Amino acid sequence: MTTVQNGEPGAVTTTAPRPRRAHPLLAFLAKRLAITAGLLLGVTVVTFGLVNVVPGDPVTANLSDQALNDPATVAAFREKWGLDQPLWQQYLHYLGNLLRGDLGISQQTGRSVLDDLVRYVPATLELAIPTMVLALVIGTGIGMLAAVRNGRATDQIVRVGALLGLSTPPFWLSLVVLYVFFYQLGLAPSGGRLSTAFSPPPTVTGMYTVDAALAGQWDVAWDAAQHLTLPVLVLTSLTVALLVRFVRSAMLEVLQQDYIRAAYAKGLPTRVVLRRHLLRAGLVPVVTVSGLAFASLLSGTVLVESIFGWPGVGQYAYRSATALDLPAILGVSLFVALVYTLVNLTVDLLYGLIDPRIRLS
Amino acid sequence: MAPLLDVDSLAVTLPGPRGPLPILHDVSLSVDEGELVGIAGESGCGKSLTAQTLLGLLPAGAKVTGSARFAGTDLLGLDNRGWQRVRGAGIAMVFQDPTAALHPMLTVGRQLTEHMRVHLRMDRRAATRRAVELLDQVRIPDPERALRAYPHQFSGGMRQRAAIAIALAARPRLLIADEPTTALDVTVQAGILALLDRLRTETGLAVAFITHDLGVLSALTTRGYVFYAGRVVETGPTGALLTAPAHPYTSALLGARPHGTQTVGTLRPIPGSPPAPGEAPPGCPFEPRCRHAEPECGTAPPRLDPVAVDRSVACVVRPHLEVAAR
Repeated sequence: MTTVQNGEPGAVTTTAPRPRRAHPLLAFLAKRLAITAGLLLGVTVVTFGLVNVVPGDPVTANLSDQALNDPATVAAFREKWGLDQPLWQQYLHYLGNLLRGDLGISQQTGRSVLDDLVRYVPATLELAIPTMVLALVIGTGIGMLAAVRNGRATDQIVRVGALLGLSTPPFWLSLVVLYVFFYQLGLAPSGGRLSTAFSPPPTVTGMYTVDAALAGQWDVAWDAAQHLTLPVLVLTSLTVALLVRFVRSAMLEVLQQDYIRAAYAKGLPTRVVLRRHLLRAGLVPVVTVSGLAFASLLSGTVLVESIFGWPGVGQYAYRSATALDLPAILGVSLFVALVYTLVNLTVDLLYGLIDPRIRLS
Repeated sequence: MAPLLDVDSLAVTLPGPRGPLPILHDVSLSVDEGELVGIAGESGCGKSLTAQTLLGLLPAGAKVTGSARFAGTDLLGLDNRGWQRVRGAGIAMVFQDPTAALHPMLTVGRQLTEHMRVHLRMDRRAATRRAVELLDQVRIPDPERALRAYPHQFSGGMRQRAAIAIALAARPRLLIADEPTTALDVTVQAGILALLDRLRTETGLAVAFITHDLGVLSALTTRGYVFYAGRVVETGPTGALLTAPAHPYTSALLGARPHGTQTVGTLRPIPGSPPAPGEAPPGCPFEPRCRHAEPECGTAPPRLDPVAVDRSVACVVRPHLEVAAR
């Protein structure tokens, strides 16, 4: 996590310990694992503290007015969820369960938090993965084009477009897209993951398109894909707007380098120079930003998920937070922390693949 | 026989923040087949820009007048495809700092073979075979391993040897070496110079060697051009340039250069600094710094006039030439 935040890819090699026998990559991974464990512990402490500090009471948030008037019901609720115990006992109890892989029961859904996550995470994944792939391809392409045409009309248009994209509220864009493609053109469904005519495919990955394809239910897969288009469109355009600016400035910097001039001086065709020499060198900062963008997509996008009725992590987090559903909030927080550390680890490993100078060995 | 490279009255103007900046004025020079020609001058005098012009690598908005012919081709009339054919295969370039000029994320082998495959239409195996030969030719040990290495795994001298091999890969007829030893240790410089000289005799390659070091010029080249403020101020056989400089600037450069057993006290720095582009005086650009300046020097830039066989000087006073002739 630290190496990405200070923006120094070189830190990978300098901070990795150099034990005498262990493979450097293993040592690196072991260290990162330890950091992740510490981080997750910190997340539980902070979340636990925060939830108990905020004004509001899980009892009032979860019970009806009628039930609240009955002291016996309130007491039973408190006892059932362990709310009658001192805070530190509640925390230790939670931690003990956590170590056994038990995230607790959600007060909202009545299911185990782990079951809930297994249900909601794949829905978010199904949005995040195509969004990231599309955004990377489109964002890199447009950003490179703007850099190569630095200062000319194409560049100006791209820069204004990116600025517009960044300053567009996601919920507004979602509504516009819905109005145009669903209401006016009738090209795409309004929301949800699947039309009511179909039932979900047998669960393998939890992503409907993939599961349906695996089960050979092509009509279901096609319907699920149609439901994906509008939210993916919205998320992609927002992510592209974010990426384009980084790609453009990263590529502009590379274009100044002697080795790009040297590549032209060798008589290589422009497309080879751009694809092989420019793209490769500009990729390191792009990977950093893409990692952060992907992590934020995976943590759920509350507004877009709400508008498209998409039962993903964002919606789950939102509903748990408003109900002060402590086990669920903790579960989501742990998931988000895990996502960020895993994405950052992947980014650091990608650095080494892209740039041989920061390869670990 | 026409020279391999023939540049005549070349002038280059670059766009500046406050209007166009004239950088090169009336530059004429030639390089024969297999000849080693030196181009000397202080930084910012237009040496490197001349090289960029000859490779069509000027920044957007640059204006070029005059003519530049290479092996019968009018360089200044080339379109993008035409330039791609000349670059690498006709004229190749070695840059000042090999660390910056080699792509840090591509293997040496990739950088050696990619333009061979474009220019010489070689398949991967033939290109790799030639790459091994080239690395051997520039004296890089264990060429097969070097092909798989990345530039950062080489020392500075090795990187420049690799860069020279890359420049030679597509069999160019002219190599422009832009201060190829400036970024290297002194102990490595001599090896690179010897390598260039050996390549010239072995392959008949013509070399235009750009440097700010007159000592390097004398060690390597047969003919030289001295640049000042975007103009050629003196040209002639290197030996004559260095032993009997005719232009006050050439002689001042020689006086400012440490060599042998000289102590610092006996060095004579040139007072002032070269004029910035666009701020040159109306007359001779060197006039404000010149010890021999006379009133007529300030009127118009002097033409490059022949003063002896193969010898031209752009100076109306020519104090040293008279001394040398006596």
